[in-house]
Amino acid sequence: MSLAQATKNNMPYQVRSLYRSLLRQGDQFAAYNFREYAKRRTRDGFRQHQNESEEKRIQELVQEGLKTLQMLKRQTVVSQFYQLDRLVVEGGKSGKQTGNNNDIVRQKDQGWD
Amino acid sequence: MSHIAPTAARQARQALRIASRRYPASAFSRVSARTANATGQRNYVSETKPSQATVNVDTTIKADQKAFLKQTGTMAEHATMPSTGMSADAMMSPAAGILKQATIMDEGSRPIYLDAQATTPMDPRVLDAMLPFMTGLYGNPHSRTHAYGWETDKAVEQSREHIANLIGADPKEIIFTSGATESNNMSIKGVARFFKRGGKKNHIITCQTEHKCVLDSCRHLQDEGYQITYLPVQPNGLIDLAQLEAAIRPETALVSIMTVNNEIGVVQPVEEIGKLCRSKKVYFHTDAAQAVGKIPLDVNKMNVDLMSISGHKLYGPKGIGACYVRRRPRVRLDPIISGGGQERGLRSGTLAPFLSVGIGEAARLAKQEMEYDTKRITALSNRLLEGLLSMEHTTLNGDRERHYPGCVNVSFAYVEGESLLMALKDIALSSGSACTSASLEPSYVLRALGSSDESAHSSIRFGIGRFTTQEEIDYVLKAVKERVTFLRELSPLWELVQEGVDLNTIEWSQH
Repeated sequence: MSLAQATKNNMPYQVRSLYRSLLRQGDQFAAYNFREYAKRRTRDGFRQHQNESEEKRIQELVQEGLKTLQMLKRQTVVSQFYQLDRLVVEGGKSGKQTGNNNDIVRQKDQGWD
Repeated sequence: MSHIAPTAARQARQALRIASRRYPASAFSRVSARTANATGQRNYVSETKPSQATVNVDTTIKADQKAFLKQTGTMAEHATMPSTGMSADAMMSPAAGILKQATIMDEGSRPIYLDAQATTPMDPRVLDAMLPFMTGLYGNPHSRTHAYGWETDKAVEQSREHIANLIGADPKEIIFTSGATESNNMSIKGVARFFKRGGKKNHIITCQTEHKCVLDSCRHLQDEGYQITYLPVQPNGLIDLAQLEAAIRPETALVSIMTVNNEIGVVQPVEEIGKLCRSKKVYFHTDAAQAVGKIPLDVNKMNVDLMSISGHKLYGPKGIGACYVRRRPRVRLDPIISGGGQERGLRSGTLAPFLSVGIGEAARLAKQEMEYDTKRITALSNRLLEGLLSMEHTTLNGDRERHYPGCVNVSFAYVEGESLLMALKDIALSSGSACTSASLEPSYVLRALGSSDESAHSSIRFGIGRFTTQEEIDYVLKAVKERVTFLRELSPLWELVQEGVDLNTIEWSQH
């Protein structure tokens, strides 16, 4: 609680925290295209406004970001309820399993004994 | 994958337990021995760190398979167990069987969506705006007597304003319809029938590459006794303004030319056409379903009198569209649907508030995101186009300069378009308009450009949208290159072309 109070007026901290939350929440989309768009749009949006200096404008943008975060929280849940198959691009990048030798094992269950 | 992992891990653990029961102290004893010796002290629970994790699924499976080979002399995956018909691999170690499934599933099976001209996925932000109106706010927007009606009415008017802002119009000039097809019908038949009552003007000009719903409306009007001129297009897909001017007669009521073509993506010179029509006092209708929200439009600057807008082409919901009908100077229409007099009496029937809100939010987003989207889509489109045109015997259909970048229509010579589409099952593409994709006829748009039958048959449309990623484009480029080469290798025509024979000189008939 004290940390939150101490940084209440610390705008750069708030903005960074919002950025991280947006990225993390956007990553929760089950649908590949929406997930990638959410992350890309967040990154590009923050980059576009990185040189804003006017206090009021920054406040506005943060408010907009908070609204987007709320929307993302709702929509990622909806997206997770209605999951479909994954797209062909999603897994195929690291190599296809074409032979039947089980030579590609993607699970790395390490650390249990 | 993530939902597989826990089950697989559990199975692997089970397999390990079984395996260690069967092969005591053969494969795994060294692990426990090493952990005990390394630290030199007794631990009830060993520390969790990656260096200790020498046992993984990989090792388990390999150990199992090796033991099986030693015992029976055959490879585990080649032997079938007589009792169940399953492979020995899966019987012996369930994890192996499951992992095999998992690795195959890991590729994913859903095709990449690259058909943004047919429809676009609904933006999550649009759905977020619509959901309240599908759950709690269910009032009839035309009810003026209670709060339920007022709140939905307010939302509907607000989305009307968003659409109007996007095209530079007044909110009162926006009429909600069920889609661009209805808007087109309403505009063309409405204007024509209104003028028919005056008994003077009975001529309509349109263009050969228009969407089917415009052409079909015109054909119906032809049956009713109107005269229709179908303007030809130049080989680059654009209409010739001089030809248009020559076609306008004193009795011409309406010119209908689409802004962005749905198959080849060329952008018609709407502003010049608008100016010409205004000077000749002819109404100008444009089907902007593919253009609204993608390229900047201004109905006043372009002198457009009627404009059709579709919701699902700009990341909004299906089942709704809008029609812009100019008020000053007033465009008079004969309504197709009559009833309670909603929407200025031009399109009666209760509005669907959630759909209206959806298209409104989509329009607001389109205005907000237009610059960002355009930059991105242009970059992706250039990447795709360069990759495709770097292959031999491929051509872009339509003008390269006056072109909406999200629609790339390319002809692959010496490949049959439908078989290429079949070969590209992992990519959702089409050879032309979705409305005509059921028939095998070559696209009439490409025929109007003067393409040969073969060329029209072998062309494919790639539609890039807001949610297309660069990985998808790279995947598509690779897949298209591989499979076009494969199909060409099969083709005897391609062999002849490689030998340098001009196919037009060949006398095909032997008798």
